Amino acid sequence: MATIRLENIAHSYDGGATYALKEFSMTWEDGKAYALLGPSGCGKTTLLNLMSGIIKPSQGRIYMDDVDITEKPTEERNIAQVFQFPVLYDTMTVRKNLEFPLKNRKVPAHKIEERVQVIAELLGLEDQLDVRPAKLRSDLQQIVSLGRGLVREDVSAILFDEPLTVIDQNFKWTLRNRLKRLHLATGVTLVYVTHDQTEALTFADDVLLMRDGEVVQVGSAEDLFLEPSHEFSGYFIGSPGMNFLDVTVDSGVVTADGTALGRTSDGSLSGAMRLGIRPEFVVPADKGGLEMTVQRVENRGGFQIAVLSFGAHEVLAKVESDISLESGQKRNFRFDPARTFLFQHEKFVAMVDTGSRKESR
Amino acid sequence: MNLKKKNNKAWLLVLPVVIVVAFTAIIPLMTVANYSVQDVFSPTNRLYVGLDFFRQIATDPAIIAAFQRNLIFSTQILAIEIPLGIIIAKLMPRHGWKAAAALVIVAIPLVIPWNVVGTTWRVFARPDVGLLGVTINQFREFDIGNTPSDAWATMVMMDVWHWTPLVALLVYAGLRAIPDAYYQAASIDGASVISVFRFVELPKLRRVLMIALLLRFMDSFMIYAEPYILTGGGPGTATEVMSILLAVIAVIQFDLGKAAAFSLIYFLIIQIFSFIFFTVLTLDERPGSTKKRQKKVVASRRQGVKAKEGSA
Repeated sequence: MATIRLENIAHSYDGGATYALKEFSMTWEDGKAYALLGPSGCGKTTLLNLMSGIIKPSQGRIYMDDVDITEKPTEERNIAQVFQFPVLYDTMTVRKNLEFPLKNRKVPAHKIEERVQVIAELLGLEDQLDVRPAKLRSDLQQIVSLGRGLVREDVSAILFDEPLTVIDQNFKWTLRNRLKRLHLATGVTLVYVTHDQTEALTFADDVLLMRDGEVVQVGSAEDLFLEPSHEFSGYFIGSPGMNFLDVTVDSGVVTADGTALGRTSDGSLSGAMRLGIRPEFVVPADKGGLEMTVQRVENRGGFQIAVLSFGAHEVLAKVESDISLESGQKRNFRFDPARTFLFQHEKFVAMVDTGSRKESR
Repeated sequence: MNLKKKNNKAWLLVLPVVIVVAFTAIIPLMTVANYSVQDVFSPTNRLYVGLDFFRQIATDPAIIAAFQRNLIFSTQILAIEIPLGIIIAKLMPRHGWKAAAALVIVAIPLVIPWNVVGTTWRVFARPDVGLLGVTINQFREFDIGNTPSDAWATMVMMDVWHWTPLVALLVYAGLRAIPDAYYQAASIDGASVISVFRFVELPKLRRVLMIALLLRFMDSFMIYAEPYILTGGGPGTATEVMSILLAVIAVIQFDLGKAAAFSLIYFLIIQIFSFIFFTVLTLDERPGSTKKRQKKVVASRRQGVKAKEGSA
């Protein structure tokens, strides 16, 4: 068990021309489950490999419980890693696979047997111990490769690199639950790389959302959804993603092509910005709000996605299915004032109070 | 039950292949089989002799000696080429222009025709002007034309030079196909270099090595042009392998029946050896092999349970 601290860590694969991971600091608290979420090539795997020691950072230090481990080789880091596909020693039985890391570390035989037994019970592998892993189902193979990491007693963190990629659709859910139960049972810090937001949001206490080698926002699933601090959080999280409108702010008054949308709490703001509102928070209103034209409606079962327009702008709304909407219909919609955000240079700057909207024309 | 009439037209699509295979393999083979049971004096004058030729071949001391030489030769070159090929493949650079350069250099011997290799080595090994021959002569007497062991060693060296690159390239390709994650996992597991080779690389190379082994066995067992040009089978019969004897019987003595019988036996020997290699090497991958093991485990567990029940 340990707290892992990254200090000004950054990595470049081409000697500094481009950075796969841009400078960033982070403390991974002991026993928490983290997810690294982001599209392919955003640097999540690089970050993971830096922590496990497979690659050395171009700059910055890594501390484990205040001990500098930046220069330590992988096998001395007390970190287990599970890869995209099950990585197993084909010629060994499951038992031999589990014993292997301990044998390499010259652990006494009776101790090895004991640990293997404990891990086999923990992972539910007792019946498979004498089988070769190739004969197992892919989710069990992944469990065995996880077990090989866990079998060492001193493991303080498990790193998962998209561990469900090759798992049958049917077993993904069970495997994820198994991993979650395991996290609760062992209290080991988990770091989980994925590009699937559902996986990240259901699995982790904290999600690190990444893009282009940068950590864009760190927070719980709720934070990322309800309080995006970066446009990318709005765009990447949620389905469909956040609506963005190009707006002009003049002394706190927000307008889009002449249509006033509200005002910001900070009256000194001025300039070109973007307004972000999730489709969930564009709600039909009987009075007030903004009159919009319904372009088309898609029923998604349980809810419907309405494509709305006002002026040259298009806005998606996620509306309950019992509200009847028809194409061509004009109707008032309201932006929930607690969920309407203003972004400048992609960063959150202010909330927009859509209630205090007044005609500026 | 299926009462529908079966449509067998698909067989027609196989016909072209059947014709091609018939002309390239089946008919020539059957011609040889036909010859092997007759003594042909002239196209119109032939005598059925049954299995006489086969008996002659199987008991001919010269052929038996040649067969033994073939076996020893194949064993020796496999024992050198497989490990050496693995070592070369491990030493070859993995990235960049160096990888490309290494591939080209290693592949050069493979593109040289057999008889050219034979000629090159014949000159190379000459004790009076050849680089190899003269060099060795500085330390000890070396004469490929008179000393049987020198001739034999040169023949083995020549084959190693010519064909180790094939093994190296196959193994190199096999090594490149191993995903990085296996090496990373092994380093997390604290595996030594030897362990990585033994438990990661070797099992992943298994199929590639099997192909290398089969190809090199078959080829070395059939070897003809290189030793024929290098030594012509001499000195004496020191390097006389079966193919050289076969060529003498078929082309020089023009004893077609006997040569045909010899060919068939030759062919069968290679088939049988290849089959044995293949079977032994894939023993583990056969369906049922682990089932048997699992059954054993289950059975022993059941016995354990019974024993417990008994004691209770």
